[in-house]
Amino acid sequence: MAPALEVRDVAMRYGDRPVLGGVTLRVEDGEFVSLIGPSGCGKSTLLKVIGGLEQAERGEIYIEGRPANGRRGLIAYMPQQPSLLPWRTVAGNIELALGIAGVPRAEARRLARDWLGRVGLAEYANAWPHMLSGGMQQRVSFIRALLSPRKLMCLDEPFGALDALTRQHMQEWLLSIWEENRRAVLLVTHSIEEALLLSDRIVVLSARPASVLREFTVPFGRPRDPKLWKVPAFAELREAIHELLKPAEAAGTASG
Amino acid sequence: MGNKRLSGWLPLAVIALIAAAWEAAVRMFAIDPYILPSPSAIVREAMQPNVWPRLEMHTLATVRRTLTGLALGVLAGVALAAAIHLIPGARRASAPLLVLSQSVPYIVLVPLLLIWLGFGEEPKIVLIALVCFFPVTVAMLTGLRECDPALRGYLAMIGADRRTIFTKLELPNAVPYLFSGFRIAAAYSVTTTVAAEWFGGGSGLGYYIKLSYSGFETARVFAGTIIIIAFSMLMYGLAGLAERLVVRWRPKTERRGGDGSGA
Ligand SMILES: Nc1ncnc2c1ncn2[C@@H]1O[C@H](COP(=O)(O)OP(=O)(O)OP(=O)(O)O)[C@@H](O)[C@H]1O
Ligand SMILES: [Mg+2]
Repeated sequence: MAPALEVRDVAMRYGDRPVLGGVTLRVEDGEFVSLIGPSGCGKSTLLKVIGGLEQAERGEIYIEGRPANGRRGLIAYMPQQPSLLPWRTVAGNIELALGIAGVPRAEARRLARDWLGRVGLAEYANAWPHMLSGGMQQRVSFIRALLSPRKLMCLDEPFGALDALTRQHMQEWLLSIWEENRRAVLLVTHSIEEALLLSDRIVVLSARPASVLREFTVPFGRPRDPKLWKVPAFAELREAIHELLKPAEAAGTASG
Repeated sequence: MGNKRLSGWLPLAVIALIAAAWEAAVRMFAIDPYILPSPSAIVREAMQPNVWPRLEMHTLATVRRTLTGLALGVLAGVALAAAIHLIPGARRASAPLLVLSQSVPYIVLVPLLLIWLGFGEEPKIVLIALVCFFPVTVAMLTGLRECDPALRGYLAMIGADRRTIFTKLELPNAVPYLFSGFRIAAAYSVTTTVAAEWFGGGSGLGYYIKLSYSGFETARVFAGTIIIIAFSMLMYGLAGLAERLVVRWRPKTERRGGDGSGA
Protein backbone atom coordinates (compact mmCIF):
# COMPACT_ATOMS: atom_id res chain seq x y z
CA MET A 1 0.00 0.00 0.00
CA ALA A 2 1.19 3.52 -0.78
CA PRO A 3 2.38 5.49 2.22
CA ALA A 4 -0.09 8.02 3.60
CA LEU A 5 2.46 10.76 3.01
CA GLU A 6 5.68 11.00 1.17
CA VAL A 7 7.74 14.17 1.11
CA ARG A 8 10.76 14.10 -1.20
CA ASP A 9 13.45 16.72 -0.95
CA VAL A 10 11.01 19.59 -0.49
CA ALA A 11 12.53 23.07 -0.41
CA MET A 12 10.71 26.32 0.11
CA ARG A 13 11.51 29.96 0.85
CA TYR A 14 9.67 33.04 2.04
CA GLY A 15 11.05 35.81 -0.11
CA ASP A 16 14.80 35.35 -0.05
CA ARG A 17 14.75 33.52 3.27
CA PRO A 18 15.07 29.76 2.81
CA VAL A 19 12.80 27.97 5.26
CA LEU A 20 12.82 24.36 4.08
CA GLY A 21 16.14 23.11 2.76
CA GLY A 22 15.21 19.77 1.24
CA VAL A 23 13.04 17.79 3.62
CA THR A 24 12.44 14.09 3.00
CA LEU A 25 10.12 12.02 5.15
CA ARG A 26 7.32 9.53 4.92
CA VAL A 27 4.38 8.47 7.02
CA GLU A 28 3.12 4.97 6.41
CA ASP A 29 -0.55 4.13 6.49
CA GLY A 30 -1.57 3.84 10.13
CA GLU A 31 1.74 5.19 11.36
CA PHE A 32 2.24 7.87 13.99
CA VAL A 33 5.20 10.13 13.19
CA SER A 34 6.36 13.08 15.28
CA LEU A 35 8.27 16.04 13.96
CA ILE A 36 10.62 17.77 16.37
CA GLY A 37 12.81 20.74 15.66
CA PRO A 38 13.93 24.06 17.07
CA SER A 39 11.42 26.89 17.19
CA GLY A 40 11.21 28.75 13.90
CA CYS A 41 12.89 25.98 11.92
CA GLY A 42 9.97 25.58 9.55
CA LYS A 43 7.72 22.87 11.02
CA SER A 44 4.49 24.77 10.53
CA THR A 45 5.66 25.82 7.09
CA LEU A 46 6.26 22.19 6.18
CA LEU A 47 2.68 21.34 7.13
CA LYS A 48 1.44 24.25 5.01
CA VAL A 49 3.42 22.96 2.03
CA ILE A 50 2.03 19.46 2.59
CA GLY A 51 -1.48 20.91 2.78
CA GLY A 52 -0.99 22.85 -0.46
CA LEU A 53 -1.29 26.29 1.11
CA GLU A 54 2.31 27.15 0.28
CA GLN A 55 4.05 26.04 -2.87
CA ALA A 56 7.30 24.07 -2.71
CA GLU A 57 9.99 25.46 -4.97
CA ARG A 58 11.56 22.03 -5.31
CA GLY A 59 10.65 18.45 -4.46
CA GLU A 60 7.54 16.31 -4.54
CA ILE A 61 4.72 15.55 -2.18
CA TYR A 62 2.59 12.44 -2.46
CA ILE A 63 -0.50 11.85 -0.37
CA GLU A 64 -1.78 8.27 -0.47
CA GLY A 65 0.42 7.71 -3.49
CA ARG A 66 -0.95 10.61 -5.55
CA PRO A 67 1.02 13.74 -6.43
CA ALA A 68 -0.17 16.45 -4.06
CA ASN A 69 2.05 19.48 -4.69
CA GLY A 70 -0.15 22.54 -4.28
CA ARG A 71 -3.30 20.45 -3.81
CA ARG A 72 -5.58 21.35 -0.93
CA GLY A 73 -8.24 19.49 0.96
CA LEU A 74 -6.39 16.18 1.12
CA ILE A 75 -5.46 16.21 4.80
CA ALA A 76 -7.07 16.61 8.19
CA TYR A 77 -5.33 19.61 9.70
CA MET A 78 -5.03 21.22 13.07
CA PRO A 79 -3.22 24.56 12.83
CA GLN A 80 -0.96 25.94 15.54
CA GLN A 81 -3.54 28.66 16.36
CA PRO A 82 -7.01 27.28 17.10
CA SER A 83 -8.44 29.21 14.08
CA LEU A 84 -12.09 29.03 15.04
CA LEU A 85 -14.45 31.32 13.14
CA PRO A 86 -15.61 33.83 15.78
CA TRP A 87 -19.12 34.10 14.28
CA ARG A 88 -19.84 30.39 14.45
CA THR A 89 -20.60 28.50 17.61
CA VAL A 90 -18.18 25.87 18.81
CA ALA A 91 -20.31 23.08 17.35
CA GLY A 92 -20.89 25.18 14.22
CA ASN A 93 -17.15 25.43 13.64
CA ILE A 94 -16.74 21.68 13.76
CA GLU A 95 -19.76 21.16 11.52
CA LEU A 96 -18.41 23.60 8.94
CA ALA A 97 -15.06 21.83 8.72
CA LEU A 98 -16.76 18.47 8.35
CA GLY A 99 -19.10 19.90 5.74
CA ILE A 100 -16.15 21.16 3.69
CA ALA A 101 -14.66 17.67 3.90
CA GLY A 102 -17.93 16.26 2.52
CA VAL A 103 -19.56 14.86 5.66
CA PRO A 104 -23.38 15.07 5.44
CA ARG A 105 -24.90 17.75 7.64
CA ALA A 106 -26.84 15.53 10.04
CA GLU A 107 -23.85 13.26 10.53
CA ALA A 108 -21.61 16.27 11.17
CA ARG A 109 -24.04 17.59 13.78
CA ARG A 110 -24.17 14.30 15.58
CA LEU A 111 -20.38 13.84 15.52
CA ALA A 112 -19.74 17.37 16.77
CA ARG A 113 -22.09 17.07 19.79
CA ASP A 114 -20.87 13.59 20.58
CA TRP A 115 -17.16 14.43 20.54
CA LEU A 116 -17.52 17.75 22.30
CA GLY A 117 -18.95 15.71 25.13
CA ARG A 118 -15.99 13.38 25.07
CA VAL A 119 -13.50 16.21 25.58
CA GLY A 120 -15.60 17.69 28.35
CA LEU A 121 -17.00 20.60 26.34
CA ALA A 122 -20.62 19.46 25.95
CA GLU A 123 -22.00 22.59 27.59
CA TYR A 124 -20.00 24.82 25.23
CA ALA A 125 -21.48 23.42 22.03
CA ASN A 126 -23.52 26.56 21.48
CA ALA A 127 -21.03 29.04 22.92
CA TRP A 128 -19.07 31.58 20.84
CA PRO A 129 -15.39 30.68 20.55
CA HIS A 130 -14.26 33.81 22.41
CA MET A 131 -15.99 32.48 25.51
CA LEU A 132 -13.55 29.56 25.64
CA SER A 133 -10.07 29.57 27.14
CA GLY A 134 -7.09 29.01 24.87
CA GLY A 135 -6.80 25.39 25.94
CA MET A 136 -10.51 24.75 25.36
CA GLN A 137 -10.29 26.29 21.88
CA GLN A 138 -7.38 24.00 21.16
CA ARG A 139 -9.42 20.97 22.14
CA VAL A 140 -12.20 22.06 19.79
CA SER A 141 -9.67 22.57 17.01
CA PHE A 142 -8.27 19.15 17.77
CA ILE A 143 -11.54 17.24 17.49
CA ARG A 144 -12.32 19.22 14.34
CA ALA A 145 -9.21 17.64 12.78
CA LEU A 146 -9.83 14.27 14.37
CA LEU A 147 -13.33 14.03 12.90
CA SER A 148 -12.21 14.86 9.37
CA PRO A 149 -12.62 11.85 7.10
CA ARG A 150 -9.21 12.44 5.48
CA LYS A 151 -6.74 9.66 6.10
CA LEU A 152 -3.68 11.69 7.01
CA MET A 153 -3.90 13.90 10.07
CA CYS A 154 -1.40 16.77 10.41
CA LEU A 155 -1.36 18.22 13.90
CA ASP A 156 0.63 21.38 14.64
CA GLU A 157 1.46 21.40 18.35
CA PRO A 158 -2.02 20.29 19.35
CA PHE A 159 -1.39 20.49 23.07
CA GLY A 160 0.82 23.57 23.14
CA ALA A 161 -1.56 25.85 25.02
CA LEU A 162 -2.61 23.32 27.64
CA ASP A 163 -1.49 23.16 31.25
CA ALA A 164 0.68 20.16 32.15
CA LEU A 165 -2.16 18.14 33.66
CA THR A 166 -4.67 18.64 30.84
CA ARG A 167 -1.88 18.07 28.39
CA GLN A 168 -1.05 14.72 29.90
CA HIS A 169 -4.70 13.83 30.03
CA MET A 170 -5.16 14.74 26.35
CA GLN A 171 -2.05 12.80 25.35
CA GLU A 172 -3.32 9.66 27.02
CA TRP A 173 -6.73 10.21 25.50
CA LEU A 174 -5.24 10.68 22.02
CA LEU A 175 -3.14 7.59 22.55
CA SER A 176 -6.15 5.46 23.40
CA ILE A 177 -8.36 6.64 20.53
CA TRP A 178 -5.48 6.43 18.07
CA GLU A 179 -4.62 2.88 19.09
CA GLU A 180 -8.26 1.95 18.75
CA ASN A 181 -8.53 3.32 15.24
CA ARG A 182 -5.10 3.77 13.71
CA ARG A 183 -4.67 6.62 11.31
CA ALA A 184 -1.63 8.14 9.73
CA VAL A 185 -0.55 11.05 11.91
CA LEU A 186 2.13 13.68 11.44
CA LEU A 187 2.45 15.49 14.75
CA VAL A 188 4.54 18.62 15.29
CA THR A 189 5.67 18.98 18.87
CA HIS A 190 8.24 20.67 21.06
CA SER A 191 8.09 17.96 23.68
CA ILE A 192 10.44 15.00 23.33
CA GLU A 193 8.45 13.12 25.98
CA GLU A 194 5.24 13.65 24.04
CA ALA A 195 6.87 12.38 20.85
CA LEU A 196 8.24 9.31 22.62
CA LEU A 197 4.96 8.51 24.29
CA LEU A 198 2.82 8.80 21.17
CA SER A 199 4.78 7.99 18.06
CA ASP A 200 6.20 5.07 16.12
CA ARG A 201 8.89 7.23 14.62
CA ILE A 202 10.42 10.61 15.44
CA VAL A 203 11.87 12.87 12.78
CA VAL A 204 14.29 15.48 14.10
CA LEU A 205 14.68 18.62 12.00
CA SER A 206 17.63 21.00 11.89
CA ALA A 207 17.41 24.73 12.44
CA ARG A 208 16.18 26.84 9.53
CA PRO A 209 16.44 26.01 6.67
CA ALA A 210 15.00 22.75 7.94
CA SER A 211 16.26 19.41 6.81
CA VAL A 212 16.03 16.02 8.50
CA LEU A 213 18.84 15.57 11.02
CA ARG A 214 17.91 12.06 12.02
CA GLU A 215 15.05 9.66 12.44
CA PHE A 216 14.40 7.56 15.52
CA THR A 217 12.26 4.46 15.60
CA VAL A 218 10.49 4.29 18.92
CA PRO A 219 10.89 0.73 20.11
CA PHE A 220 8.03 0.57 22.63
CA GLY A 221 5.11 -1.75 21.98
CA ARG A 222 1.43 -0.96 21.74
CA PRO A 223 -0.72 -0.31 23.56
CA ARG A 224 1.64 2.14 25.20
CA ASP A 225 1.84 2.36 28.92
CA PRO A 226 1.22 6.01 29.91
CA LYS A 227 3.95 5.51 32.54
CA LEU A 228 6.47 4.80 29.79
CA TRP A 229 8.89 7.34 31.21
CA LYS A 230 9.83 4.84 33.92
CA VAL A 231 11.49 2.55 31.36
CA PRO A 232 15.28 3.05 31.08
CA ALA A 233 15.17 2.98 27.26
CA PHE A 234 12.85 6.00 27.39
CA ALA A 235 15.42 8.11 29.21
CA GLU A 236 18.17 6.99 26.83
CA LEU A 237 16.20 7.98 23.72
CA ARG A 238 15.20 11.24 25.30
CA GLU A 239 18.84 12.02 26.00
CA ALA A 240 19.85 11.15 22.45
CA ILE A 241 17.21 13.42 20.90
CA HIS A 242 17.98 16.14 23.38
CA GLU A 243 21.67 16.03 22.47
CA LEU A 244 20.76 16.22 18.80
CA LEU A 245 18.55 19.26 19.31
CA LYS A 246 20.94 21.13 21.57
CA PRO A 247 23.56 22.30 19.04
CA ALA A 248 20.83 22.87 16.49
CA GLU A 249 18.95 25.01 18.97
CA ALA A 250 22.05 27.05 19.77
CA ALA A 251 22.70 27.61 16.06
CA GLY A 252 19.06 28.51 15.59
CA THR A 253 19.16 31.27 18.16
CA ALA A 254 22.50 32.54 16.89
CA SER A 255 21.30 32.93 13.29
CA GLY A 256 17.76 34.02 14.17
CA MET B 1 -24.22 49.20 36.39
CA GLY B 2 -25.04 52.43 38.22
CA ASN B 3 -22.48 54.17 36.07
CA LYS B 4 -24.11 52.90 32.92
CA ARG B 5 -27.54 54.11 33.96
CA LEU B 6 -26.11 57.50 34.80
CA SER B 7 -24.32 57.77 31.46
CA GLY B 8 -27.59 56.98 29.68
CA TRP B 9 -29.41 59.86 31.35
CA LEU B 10 -26.58 62.33 31.23
CA PRO B 11 -27.05 63.47 27.60
CA LEU B 12 -30.77 64.01 28.24
CA ALA B 13 -29.93 66.04 31.33
CA VAL B 14 -27.53 68.16 29.29
CA ILE B 15 -30.16 68.78 26.63
CA ALA B 16 -32.70 69.74 29.30
CA LEU B 17 -30.19 72.11 30.84
CA ILE B 18 -29.46 73.79 27.52
CA ALA B 19 -33.19 74.15 26.82
CA ALA B 20 -33.72 75.70 30.25
CA ALA B 21 -30.84 78.14 29.75
CA TRP B 22 -32.17 79.00 26.29
CA GLU B 23 -35.68 79.63 27.69
CA ALA B 24 -34.31 81.75 30.50
CA ALA B 25 -32.07 83.78 28.21
CA VAL B 26 -34.87 84.51 25.73
CA ARG B 27 -37.14 85.68 28.55
CA MET B 28 -34.53 87.59 30.46
CA PHE B 29 -33.21 89.55 27.49
CA ALA B 30 -36.64 89.73 25.83
CA ILE B 31 -35.21 88.49 22.54
CA ASP B 32 -37.37 89.07 19.50
CA PRO B 33 -39.04 85.69 18.64
CA TYR B 34 -38.20 86.40 15.01
CA ILE B 35 -34.49 86.23 15.91
CA LEU B 36 -34.62 83.42 18.46
CA PRO B 37 -37.88 81.91 19.73
CA SER B 38 -37.82 80.24 23.13
CA PRO B 39 -38.23 76.43 23.33
CA SER B 40 -41.70 76.83 24.78
CA ALA B 41 -42.67 79.19 21.96
CA ILE B 42 -41.41 76.63 19.40
CA VAL B 43 -43.48 73.89 20.99
CA ARG B 44 -46.54 76.15 21.17
CA GLU B 45 -46.14 77.09 17.51
CA ALA B 46 -45.66 73.47 16.44
CA MET B 47 -48.87 72.49 18.25
CA GLN B 48 -50.97 75.07 16.37
CA PRO B 49 -53.83 73.35 14.49
CA ASN B 50 -52.65 74.87 11.22
CA VAL B 51 -49.00 73.87 11.80
CA TRP B 52 -48.97 70.39 13.33
CA PRO B 53 -50.74 68.48 10.52
CA ARG B 54 -48.40 70.02 7.98
CA LEU B 55 -45.35 69.19 10.08
CA GLU B 56 -46.63 65.65 10.30
CA MET B 57 -47.16 65.40 6.57
CA HIS B 58 -43.74 66.80 5.69
CA THR B 59 -42.03 64.62 8.27
CA LEU B 60 -43.63 61.58 6.74
CA ALA B 61 -42.43 62.59 3.27
CA THR B 62 -38.89 63.12 4.55
CA VAL B 63 -38.85 59.81 6.40
CA ARG B 64 -40.13 57.91 3.38
CA ARG B 65 -37.64 59.55 1.04
CA THR B 66 -34.72 58.99 3.42
CA LEU B 67 -35.51 55.33 3.99
CA THR B 68 -36.02 54.64 0.28
CA GLY B 69 -32.77 56.34 -0.71
CA LEU B 70 -30.87 54.75 2.15
CA ALA B 71 -32.16 51.26 1.34
CA LEU B 72 -31.32 51.62 -2.34
CA GLY B 73 -27.88 53.05 -1.57
CA VAL B 74 -27.03 50.33 0.94
CA LEU B 75 -28.20 47.54 -1.35
CA ALA B 76 -26.26 48.95 -4.29
CA GLY B 77 -23.21 49.50 -2.08
CA VAL B 78 -23.23 45.93 -0.78
CA ALA B 79 -23.74 44.51 -4.27
CA LEU B 80 -20.98 46.66 -5.78
CA ALA B 81 -18.56 45.79 -2.97
CA ALA B 82 -19.24 42.08 -3.42
CA ALA B 83 -18.76 42.38 -7.19
CA ILE B 84 -15.52 44.35 -6.89
CA HIS B 85 -14.29 41.84 -4.34
CA LEU B 86 -15.15 38.76 -6.37
CA ILE B 87 -14.08 39.90 -9.83
CA PRO B 88 -10.31 39.44 -10.16
CA GLY B 89 -8.52 42.73 -10.68
CA ALA B 90 -11.62 44.83 -10.07
CA ARG B 91 -10.41 46.03 -6.70
CA ARG B 92 -7.21 47.47 -8.06
CA ALA B 93 -9.05 48.99 -11.02
CA SER B 94 -11.71 50.67 -8.91
CA ALA B 95 -9.55 51.89 -6.03
CA PRO B 96 -8.78 55.36 -7.46
CA LEU B 97 -12.42 55.83 -8.48
CA LEU B 98 -13.63 55.03 -4.99
CA VAL B 99 -11.21 57.47 -3.43
CA LEU B 100 -12.22 60.10 -5.96
CA SER B 101 -15.90 59.54 -5.30
CA GLN B 102 -15.32 60.02 -1.59
CA SER B 103 -14.11 63.56 -2.21
CA VAL B 104 -16.94 64.74 -4.48
CA PRO B 105 -18.90 67.54 -2.77
CA TYR B 106 -22.38 66.13 -3.18
CA ILE B 107 -24.03 69.50 -3.31
CA VAL B 108 -22.66 69.98 -6.84
CA LEU B 109 -24.55 66.86 -7.90
CA VAL B 110 -27.88 68.45 -7.06
CA PRO B 111 -28.16 70.80 -10.08
CA LEU B 112 -26.76 68.11 -12.36
CA LEU B 113 -29.30 65.54 -11.19
CA LEU B 114 -32.06 68.12 -11.57
CA ILE B 115 -30.93 68.70 -15.16
CA TRP B 116 -30.76 64.98 -15.92
CA LEU B 117 -33.74 63.65 -14.04
CA GLY B 118 -36.07 66.62 -13.72
CA PHE B 119 -37.76 67.98 -10.61
CA GLY B 120 -39.68 64.90 -9.53
CA GLU B 121 -38.95 62.33 -6.87
CA GLU B 122 -36.22 60.50 -8.83
CA PRO B 123 -33.35 62.98 -8.58
CA LYS B 124 -33.80 63.21 -4.81
CA ILE B 125 -33.83 59.46 -4.31
CA VAL B 126 -30.83 59.04 -6.60
CA LEU B 127 -28.92 61.70 -4.73
CA ILE B 128 -29.64 60.14 -1.32
CA ALA B 129 -28.75 56.69 -2.63
CA LEU B 130 -25.50 58.02 -4.12
CA VAL B 131 -24.49 59.63 -0.86
CA CYS B 132 -25.25 56.46 1.14
CA PHE B 133 -23.67 54.18 -1.38
CA PHE B 134 -20.01 55.09 -1.07
CA PRO B 135 -19.41 54.78 2.67
CA VAL B 136 -21.14 51.40 2.54
CA THR B 137 -19.09 50.19 -0.43
CA VAL B 138 -15.80 51.28 1.06
CA ALA B 139 -16.51 49.82 4.51
CA MET B 140 -17.80 46.58 3.04
CA LEU B 141 -14.78 46.21 0.77
CA THR B 142 -12.46 46.66 3.73
CA GLY B 143 -14.37 44.05 5.71
CA LEU B 144 -14.30 41.55 2.88
CA ARG B 145 -10.56 41.91 2.51
CA GLU B 146 -9.36 42.18 6.09
CA CYS B 147 -9.98 38.64 7.24
CA ASP B 148 -7.69 36.92 9.69
CA PRO B 149 -5.03 35.28 7.45
CA ALA B 150 -4.82 32.33 9.84
CA LEU B 151 -8.53 31.61 9.29
CA ARG B 152 -8.19 32.07 5.54
CA GLY B 153 -5.19 29.72 5.47
CA TYR B 154 -6.93 27.12 7.60
CA LEU B 155 -10.06 27.04 5.42
CA ALA B 156 -7.99 26.87 2.25
CA MET B 157 -5.91 24.01 3.65
CA ILE B 158 -8.91 21.84 4.47
CA GLY B 159 -10.17 22.37 0.94
CA ALA B 160 -12.74 25.18 1.14
CA ASP B 161 -13.58 26.53 -2.33
CA ARG B 162 -13.85 30.20 -3.28
CA ARG B 163 -17.57 30.27 -2.63
CA THR B 164 -17.28 28.77 0.84
CA ILE B 165 -14.53 31.21 1.76
CA PHE B 166 -16.72 34.08 0.58
CA THR B 167 -19.89 33.02 2.38
CA LYS B 168 -18.39 31.57 5.55
CA LEU B 169 -15.39 33.83 6.11
CA GLU B 170 -15.42 37.05 4.11
CA LEU B 171 -19.10 37.97 4.33
CA PRO B 172 -19.48 37.41 8.08
CA ASN B 173 -16.20 39.20 8.63
CA ALA B 174 -17.54 42.19 6.67
CA VAL B 175 -20.76 42.53 8.67
CA PRO B 176 -19.38 44.73 11.48
CA TYR B 177 -17.63 46.88 8.86
CA LEU B 178 -20.88 47.09 6.93
CA PHE B 179 -22.62 48.39 10.03
CA SER B 180 -20.09 51.12 10.60
CA GLY B 181 -20.55 52.15 6.96
CA PHE B 182 -24.29 51.94 7.45
CA ARG B 183 -24.19 54.25 10.46
CA ILE B 184 -22.37 56.89 8.46
CA ALA B 185 -24.77 56.41 5.55
CA ALA B 186 -27.78 56.71 7.87
CA ALA B 187 -26.52 60.00 9.23
CA TYR B 188 -25.72 61.34 5.74
CA SER B 189 -29.06 60.23 4.36
CA VAL B 190 -31.11 62.56 6.56
CA THR B 191 -29.06 65.67 5.81
CA THR B 192 -29.00 64.84 2.12
CA THR B 193 -32.77 64.42 2.01
CA VAL B 194 -33.30 67.78 3.68
CA ALA B 195 -30.87 69.46 1.29
CA ALA B 196 -32.55 67.86 -1.73
CA GLU B 197 -35.95 69.00 -0.51
CA TRP B 198 -34.63 72.49 0.00
CA PHE B 199 -33.50 72.65 -3.60
CA GLY B 200 -36.61 71.31 -5.25
CA GLY B 201 -40.00 69.75 -4.88
CA GLY B 202 -43.09 70.47 -2.83
CA SER B 203 -42.85 68.23 0.21
CA GLY B 204 -40.58 67.25 3.06
CA LEU B 205 -39.13 69.05 6.03
CA GLY B 206 -36.41 70.68 3.91
CA TYR B 207 -39.08 72.26 1.75
CA TYR B 208 -41.12 73.23 4.82
CA ILE B 209 -38.15 74.90 6.48
CA LYS B 210 -37.36 76.80 3.33
CA LEU B 211 -40.96 78.03 3.13
CA SER B 212 -41.04 79.00 6.81
CA TYR B 213 -37.72 80.74 6.39
CA SER B 214 -38.97 82.86 3.52
CA GLY B 215 -42.12 83.59 5.50
CA PHE B 216 -40.09 84.76 8.52
CA GLU B 217 -41.63 82.01 10.66
CA THR B 218 -38.54 81.38 12.75
CA ALA B 219 -40.36 79.17 15.29
CA ARG B 220 -41.43 76.83 12.47
CA VAL B 221 -37.87 76.71 11.13
CA PHE B 222 -36.77 75.60 14.57
CA ALA B 223 -39.61 73.09 14.91
CA GLY B 224 -38.68 71.49 11.58
CA THR B 225 -34.99 71.47 12.49
CA ILE B 226 -35.63 69.80 15.82
CA ILE B 227 -37.65 67.05 14.12
CA ILE B 228 -34.79 66.51 11.65
CA ILE B 229 -32.25 66.22 14.45
CA ALA B 230 -34.47 63.78 16.34
CA PHE B 231 -34.96 61.69 13.21
CA SER B 232 -31.23 61.68 12.53
CA MET B 233 -30.48 60.53 16.07
CA LEU B 234 -33.16 57.88 15.85
CA MET B 235 -31.65 56.50 12.65
CA TYR B 236 -28.23 56.39 14.24
CA GLY B 237 -29.62 54.64 17.31
CA LEU B 238 -31.54 52.12 15.23
CA ALA B 239 -28.42 51.32 13.21
CA GLY B 240 -26.54 50.67 16.45
CA LEU B 241 -29.36 48.51 17.78
CA ALA B 242 -29.52 46.51 14.56
CA GLU B 243 -25.79 45.94 14.78
CA ARG B 244 -26.06 44.71 18.34
CA LEU B 245 -28.81 42.30 17.36
CA VAL B 246 -26.98 40.95 14.33
CA VAL B 247 -23.38 40.88 15.54
CA ARG B 248 -23.82 38.86 18.69
CA TRP B 249 -20.65 36.87 18.53
CA ARG B 250 -18.25 39.64 19.45
CA PRO B 251 -16.81 39.87 22.96
CA LYS B 252 -18.66 42.44 25.08
CA THR B 253 -15.70 44.75 25.62
CA GLU B 254 -15.06 45.07 21.90
CA ARG B 255 -18.70 45.83 21.27
CA ARG B 256 -18.73 48.62 23.81
CA GLY B 257 -15.50 49.99 22.34
CA GLY B 258 -17.15 50.09 18.93
CA ASP B 259 -20.07 52.07 20.31
CA GLY B 260 -17.82 54.55 22.02
CA SER B 261 -15.81 55.27 18.89
CA GLY B 262 -18.96 55.56 16.81
CA ALA B 263 -20.77 58.04 19.03
N1 LIG C 1 4.02 34.10 6.04
C1 LIG C 1 5.36 34.19 6.26
N2 LIG C 1 6.10 35.12 5.60
C2 LIG C 1 7.43 35.20 5.79
N3 LIG C 1 8.12 34.44 6.63
C3 LIG C 1 7.45 33.49 7.32
C4 LIG C 1 6.04 33.32 7.18
N4 LIG C 1 5.65 32.32 7.99
C5 LIG C 1 6.76 31.88 8.60
N5 LIG C 1 7.85 32.58 8.21
C6 LIG C 1 9.23 32.34 8.65
O1 LIG C 1 9.54 31.00 8.36
C7 LIG C 1 10.30 30.43 9.40
C8 LIG C 1 9.64 29.15 9.87
O2 LIG C 1 8.40 29.44 10.45
P1 LIG C 1 7.47 28.29 11.04
O3 LIG C 1 6.23 28.93 11.54
O4 LIG C 1 7.34 27.23 10.02
O5 LIG C 1 8.35 27.75 12.25
P2 LIG C 1 8.04 26.59 13.29
O6 LIG C 1 9.10 25.59 13.17
O7 LIG C 1 6.64 26.13 13.15
O8 LIG C 1 8.21 27.36 14.66
P3 LIG C 1 7.44 27.15 16.06
O9 LIG C 1 7.99 25.89 16.65
O10 LIG C 1 7.84 28.33 16.85
O11 LIG C 1 6.00 27.06 15.76
C9 LIG C 1 10.42 31.48 10.49
O12 LIG C 1 11.70 32.04 10.39
C10 LIG C 1 9.37 32.49 10.14
O13 LIG C 1 9.83 33.77 10.47
MG1 LIG D 1 4.98 26.28 14.24
